[in-house]
Amino acid sequence: MELTQHVEVRDPAPERGSVTTVTATTGTTTAVAAISARGLRKSFGEKTVLDGIDLTVPQGTILALLGPNGAGKTTAVHLLTTYLRPDAGEIRIAGQDPAKNPQAVRRAIGVTGQFSAVDGYLTGRENLMLMADLHLLPKKVGRRRAEELLERFELAEAGDKPALTYSGGMKRKLDLAMTLVGGPKVIFLDEPTTGLDPRSRRTMWDIIRGLVAEGTTILLTTQYLDEADQLAHRVAVLDGGRIVAEGTPAELKARIPGGHIELAFADRAELAAAATVLSPAGRDDDALTLQLAGDGSVSTLRALLKRLDDANVDVESLTVHTPDLDDVFFALTGTKGA
Amino acid sequence: MSTMTMADNAFDTADSRSHALVHARIMLRRNLRHMQRYPSLTLMVTLMPLVFLLLFVYIFGGTLGSGLGGVMPAGLHGGRSAYANYVAPAIIVMAVAAAAQGTAIAVAQDMTEGIIARFRTMAVARSSVLTGHVAGATIQTMAGVVVVTAVAIAVGFRPHANVAEWLAAVGVVLLLTFAVTWLCVGLGLSAKSVETASNSPMFLILLPFLGSGFVPTNSLPVGIRWFAEYQPFTPVNETLRGLLTGTKIGDNLIITIAWCVGTAVLSYVWSRRLYEREPKPR
Repeated sequence: MELTQHVEVRDPAPERGSVTTVTATTGTTTAVAAISARGLRKSFGEKTVLDGIDLTVPQGTILALLGPNGAGKTTAVHLLTTYLRPDAGEIRIAGQDPAKNPQAVRRAIGVTGQFSAVDGYLTGRENLMLMADLHLLPKKVGRRRAEELLERFELAEAGDKPALTYSGGMKRKLDLAMTLVGGPKVIFLDEPTTGLDPRSRRTMWDIIRGLVAEGTTILLTTQYLDEADQLAHRVAVLDGGRIVAEGTPAELKARIPGGHIELAFADRAELAAAATVLSPAGRDDDALTLQLAGDGSVSTLRALLKRLDDANVDVESLTVHTPDLDDVFFALTGTKGA
Repeated sequence: MSTMTMADNAFDTADSRSHALVHARIMLRRNLRHMQRYPSLTLMVTLMPLVFLLLFVYIFGGTLGSGLGGVMPAGLHGGRSAYANYVAPAIIVMAVAAAAQGTAIAVAQDMTEGIIARFRTMAVARSSVLTGHVAGATIQTMAGVVVVTAVAIAVGFRPHANVAEWLAAVGVVLLLTFAVTWLCVGLGLSAKSVETASNSPMFLILLPFLGSGFVPTNSLPVGIRWFAEYQPFTPVNETLRGLLTGTKIGDNLIITIAWCVGTAVLSYVWSRRLYEREPKPR
């Protein structure tokens, strides 16, 4: 793809918090922000959904917006994609200001929302052709793109069936395929794998990785820490309309307390005996359980079981907990998340 | 992705009028495909006026025709055939109103579809979704009117209009279609549910009954008669009847044009405003 582009960001009032001017020219690969937002706010009536968030996504990278239901993820996507207008804040998408030139932003982006945005009455192929026509692609080119995408998303067989007969996973794939018809430089994916079975989820991840490999910039929202971990270069944690943490997945995980091991016992005597030989982090006399710090590695478990054996304590069951989104929220906000 | 450059270039003037037309045509094709694939709504709104036509000609027509007096031109006095000629224009008007009701339902249904949300984040001419609906509805309505007219002729309607009068009649029907369709697009957009959208245009079906469509207004009691003479469907009916069967038109044509143009313009502005307002968070 030959690209000669001069991205000009007009910034008439360089006040505090204004967007940095970025210039991209052919041949030079600089870290250009494909998506940037400063002080984004949105309320619906009395309810403040976004309370001043800042986001930057360098070109060709994935940012995951991680948060529980109601954190404001979808609203953030709506504001960045011109679907809704922010109450305050500055946005630049591929160098364009949606407040001044929404059509230019729309030309650069592709959006796959949380709710299926396919035309159920049209077939998969017709849906893709509809997108090609709206992008004013010549018929021949449009048809070829539609075929390519049907192949790539394993929808070729179902291509001539109405989309409302598709399964959830197929609809999601068609939805994303429709987003790709126009060859967008910046893609927004709102919870792309929510409700998908594990296999479809893997397929979706592979597709997303493929897009970034081609140089596309992606902002995706998710409720799943492992999804952010798998896909994203950077993760921004959204809670109650604010970004409470941002960093690489590794940085973020370093801030989460490690996993723990839970032991359950048959009666209180066994529990008490175990508590004396181990140094539990938590104890529940009613549930007859002990919580121990530990990562659940084989060597940790072996050592633990040996000490219990030596003390002649019987363990009923053992569970290893790895950190999940709840732990992230607990660590970052001090309150339970979802 | 060599196609991208092409798409970008083609889009440089996306906001121009010609692209609005291209996009409207694409949306029209989409709507026609919906109608063709799921014809139950089209069938329902076409059958309704046919049922009324047959009911009024074969059940009530004999008696009502005898009561028409000297309303119809010479040679069409009394009986079922006179009434078939009297009521046919009203049935045509009803076919237009029924089709418009179908449009309100189709628009309300469409607004619940996720694909409309997708269009809002694409560089698609804003007006094209609505103009696509109106163009599709106009084609559907005219097809319905042709069917209704053909059946009316089969049951005794004998229009004797010259070419100019036929063209004028088509023009009046088109104008009426345009007005009630835009009105129903607005009703469809403002409806909170598809059920509301199917109920709110009911008055368009009922209004022709409170006018000169089925019985002459001078046979009505005073209060209703006053309403019947001033409501918009009466001049429309009188104009169509005049053009097709040769009754007196008078200033009904000009009143018809005023009502239709006024309704169309106001409804268009209203609909555009409803569509442009910020969508509710989902």
